[in-house]
Amino acid sequence: MAFGRSDSSSTSPKMPKAIKLLIAGGFGVGKTTMVGAVSEIPPLRTEETLTDRSVGVDDLSGVEAKATTTVAMDFGRISIGQDFVLYLFGTPGQERFWFVWDELARGALGAVVLADTRRLADCFPSVDYFERRGTPFVVAVNCFEGAPVFDLAEVKLALNLSQDVPIMLCDARKRESGKEVLIELVKHAYGRRPTAAAR
Amino acid sequence: MNSEWSPDEELLFDAPTIRPYVIARGRTEAQDRFDLISLAVTIRPTTGTEVGLDPEHQAIVRLCRRPTSVAEIAAHLDLPAGIVRVLLGDLFDRGFVAVQQPQPEMDVLDERMYKAVLDGLRAL
Repeated sequence: MAFGRSDSSSTSPKMPKAIKLLIAGGFGVGKTTMVGAVSEIPPLRTEETLTDRSVGVDDLSGVEAKATTTVAMDFGRISIGQDFVLYLFGTPGQERFWFVWDELARGALGAVVLADTRRLADCFPSVDYFERRGTPFVVAVNCFEGAPVFDLAEVKLALNLSQDVPIMLCDARKRESGKEVLIELVKHAYGRRPTAAAR
Repeated sequence: MNSEWSPDEELLFDAPTIRPYVIARGRTEAQDRFDLISLAVTIRPTTGTEVGLDPEHQAIVRLCRRPTSVAEIAAHLDLPAGIVRVLLGDLFDRGFVAVQQPQPEMDVLDERMYKAVLDGLRAL
C-alpha cells in the first residue's frame, strides 16, 4: 500500500473498513430510490469531473479542448458496527461514462442491476459490463406499480444471464426489500470470491 | 450603464467549473491517489493560521473529526471529487489527516468480512 502512515495504528484512530457496492441499471429504474431506502443517511451526491482525455472524441466535437464533463453519482451509507461501512453508489445512467464506471467498479464487492420489465433492454449494458469485468452481480426486478409481473425465469432468459446469477423481484422504495437484495448480493459475492488457488 | 452579460462570456467563464480548480491551484495529478471510499480522519486540528491552507482545507479538517469518505467530503462541501482528492493530498502530506485506502480487490476475500456484513445487513 502506498500510504504507510495511514496503516499506523499508533497515530491514527481506529477506522472502519470501507466496502463499495454498486446499484446499476437504466435511467429512471429506481437506483437512487433504492440507495435512499437502505441508506442510514439521505442520499448524497458527488461529482466526478472528466477531463478531455477521459471522454471519447465524439463527445468533444465542436467543444474547446479543455472542456470537462461532470458526472453526478448518488450514494448512501450503511454502517456495520464499528468495523465496516458500506457505501452504495448509484452508477451514472449513461454508459458513455465508462471512466467513472471503471473507477466505481474497482474494488467493489459487487453490484445490483436494477431492471424494469417495461424497459428490460435498459439494463443490458450494466449486465454486459459486470459480466465482462467479472464483478459479482445480482439482478433485481423493480416492481413498478401497474407493471405486469413477469416470470423471473423468463426475464433471466431474456437477459441471457448465466445460471448462477441470482435474480429476484424487489420494491426499490422499501427498506426491507432493498435489504434482501443486498443480502443476496453479498451471499453471491461470497460464493464467487476468487480462491487463492485461482489467483 | 451597460452591465449586461453577454451569453458568450458566460460560456467562456463557467464559474462553478473554474472555481474548484482555482482552489486546487490547477493541480489535478492527485486524482488517482484516493478512491471515492478512501476514509480520511483528522489527526491534527488546524489552528487557522497555517500558511497555504485554504478555507476548503480547513473545512475538510473539521469534517473529518469522524472518519469520512472522499465521496462524503465532496458532497458536503459541494466540490468535485477530484478537487477533494487534491486538497486531501495536501492535508495528508502535511500530517493533518490520516487516510485509509479501501481494501484492494485481491483482499476482498476475507471470510470474516463477508460474515460480518451479512450479519449486519440482516440486523438492519
